[in-house]
Amino acid sequence: MLEHSEHAVLTKANKTKQSRYTKPKTNRKVLLGSILPLTLLIIWEASGRMGIIESHLLPIPSVIVEGLYQMALEGTLWGHIGTTLIRVFAGFLIGTFTAVIIGSLVGYMKIFEELIDPIIQAFRSIPSLAWVPLFILWMGIGESSKVILIAVGVFFPVYLNMVAGIRGVDRKLIEVGKIYGYTSFEIVSKIILPASLPSLLTGIRSGLGLGWMFVVAAEIMGASKGLGYLLIVGQNTYSPDVIIGSIILFAILGKFTDWLLKFIEERSLRWQDSYANQR
Amino acid sequence: MLSVEQVSRTFNNKQVGFTDVSFTVKEGEVIGILGTSGCGKSTLLRVLAGLDKDYTGKFTWEKEQVGMMFQEPRLMPWLTVEQNVGFGMKGDSNSTIQELLKLVGLAGFEKLYPKDLSGGMAQRTALARALVTEPKVILLDEPFSAVDAFTKMQLQKLLLSIWKQQNTTMLLVTHDIDEALFLCDKIFILRGQPGELYETIIISEPKPRDRGDFKLTTRKAEILSLLDLKQTV
Ligand SMILES: Nc1ncnc2c1ncn2[C@@H]1O[C@H](COP(=O)(O)OP(=O)(O)O)[C@@H](O)[C@H]1O
Ligand SMILES: [Mg+2]
Repeated sequence: MLEHSEHAVLTKANKTKQSRYTKPKTNRKVLLGSILPLTLLIIWEASGRMGIIESHLLPIPSVIVEGLYQMALEGTLWGHIGTTLIRVFAGFLIGTFTAVIIGSLVGYMKIFEELIDPIIQAFRSIPSLAWVPLFILWMGIGESSKVILIAVGVFFPVYLNMVAGIRGVDRKLIEVGKIYGYTSFEIVSKIILPASLPSLLTGIRSGLGLGWMFVVAAEIMGASKGLGYLLIVGQNTYSPDVIIGSIILFAILGKFTDWLLKFIEERSLRWQDSYANQR
Repeated sequence: MLSVEQVSRTFNNKQVGFTDVSFTVKEGEVIGILGTSGCGKSTLLRVLAGLDKDYTGKFTWEKEQVGMMFQEPRLMPWLTVEQNVGFGMKGDSNSTIQELLKLVGLAGFEKLYPKDLSGGMAQRTALARALVTEPKVILLDEPFSAVDAFTKMQLQKLLLSIWKQQNTTMLLVTHDIDEALFLCDKIFILRGQPGELYETIIISEPKPRDRGDFKLTTRKAEILSLLDLKQTV
């Protein structure tokens, strides 16, 4: 038996030989990085079971997972996740889209900068959550007020990065377009937009982060569905396991969507002469 | 085809790029512009290309289609070599692009991004981009400064063959006197700071020329003394 397993390990080592310059490193990173969280989890679970932590305040991990699992079985969990995802997605799209359009105009044309940028800067100094009561007054506690609130949150980082990206475009590249008789539209679409893509993507990623923050706010303010609503339910029914469960789900979803954007970013920026792209 | 009358360019900070330059260029002529660093050669080309509008004086082009190769490669970093070459082209023209890439010695490097090119390769990509649209007039700002001596001679021959085929009018800024002697019908010597058109040298030798030609060697001595190398750093 022992011999057999040793043999298996050996062949496996042979197989991974080709990628051994990258694989062990990432493995090592994952391993090292997970030591602390795993230890904490074990301590948490153990001390909960031994009654050191009061479980009505901080339930143990297995109870939390069990609760999520139950909700998943009942099917209610998917509804909450789906609703939250759709809200974030809709707000994110609207916010990003308007930010890219307005940001392009402000970045490219002096007249729009002078016209629009001051008022946007003024609005930016309002903490976005302060809008909540007004949006609810205007649009009720339905979907639109939540989506708009998220869109407002997403808008600013995307807008600021878009404008900065366009301003940073090398004048020398624009001159190349002028030599070929490009129209303003061609200069924007063929030179300015691709050149400001790195900055835009940075903005979009931080915009998405804010989107997740604002969906929590929007759903806490008043909702009948969604992960943020679960937080409130957990608070009102004295069930910390529900609260922590939805916090964990927020973390997972946020991390996953950010990873998705990061993936797109790496894909579309392979041309960049950056430290990360060094081979 | 081009006449320039007393054109000067003064920058905002009162620094003068070049001053009071006048000359004419006939169709199909190859003009060399020689001068020490900082005497305004690049600025002159930018003005003539229409990129710099803050000049005084007057100049008129008879034909509009002007191509330009800048002193830096100015490649779009997000485009591959072949996409960069096709940057100014309308419609599909892949065969022309591949043809030209071969001529400048970049066959096999089509799919690379500019970040993976050497200085000389980037410069050749930029040359291909300037030539691929077959402009009637082409402005070249030190086009071969980053390529090795051997490739340089091949590219000079390439320019010559294009000139033969298409009778392209060329304005060639260069530091290299041999290059000017090999390619140009007229050489303008710019001198001083701000640069002034100090002398025009006409080289009537038929092209292609022999690089070791004795007559060219004597012209080289003449040009060297005109450039007054004591001013050079
Ligand atoms: N945008 C600018 N603003 C101010 N001064 C400039 C600018 N561009 C060039 N100059 C100055 O004009 C002079 C000529 O520059 P340039 O045409 O690049 O010289 P060359 O190409 O002959 O080496 C230099 O002294 C340079 O410092
Ligand atoms: Mg120059």
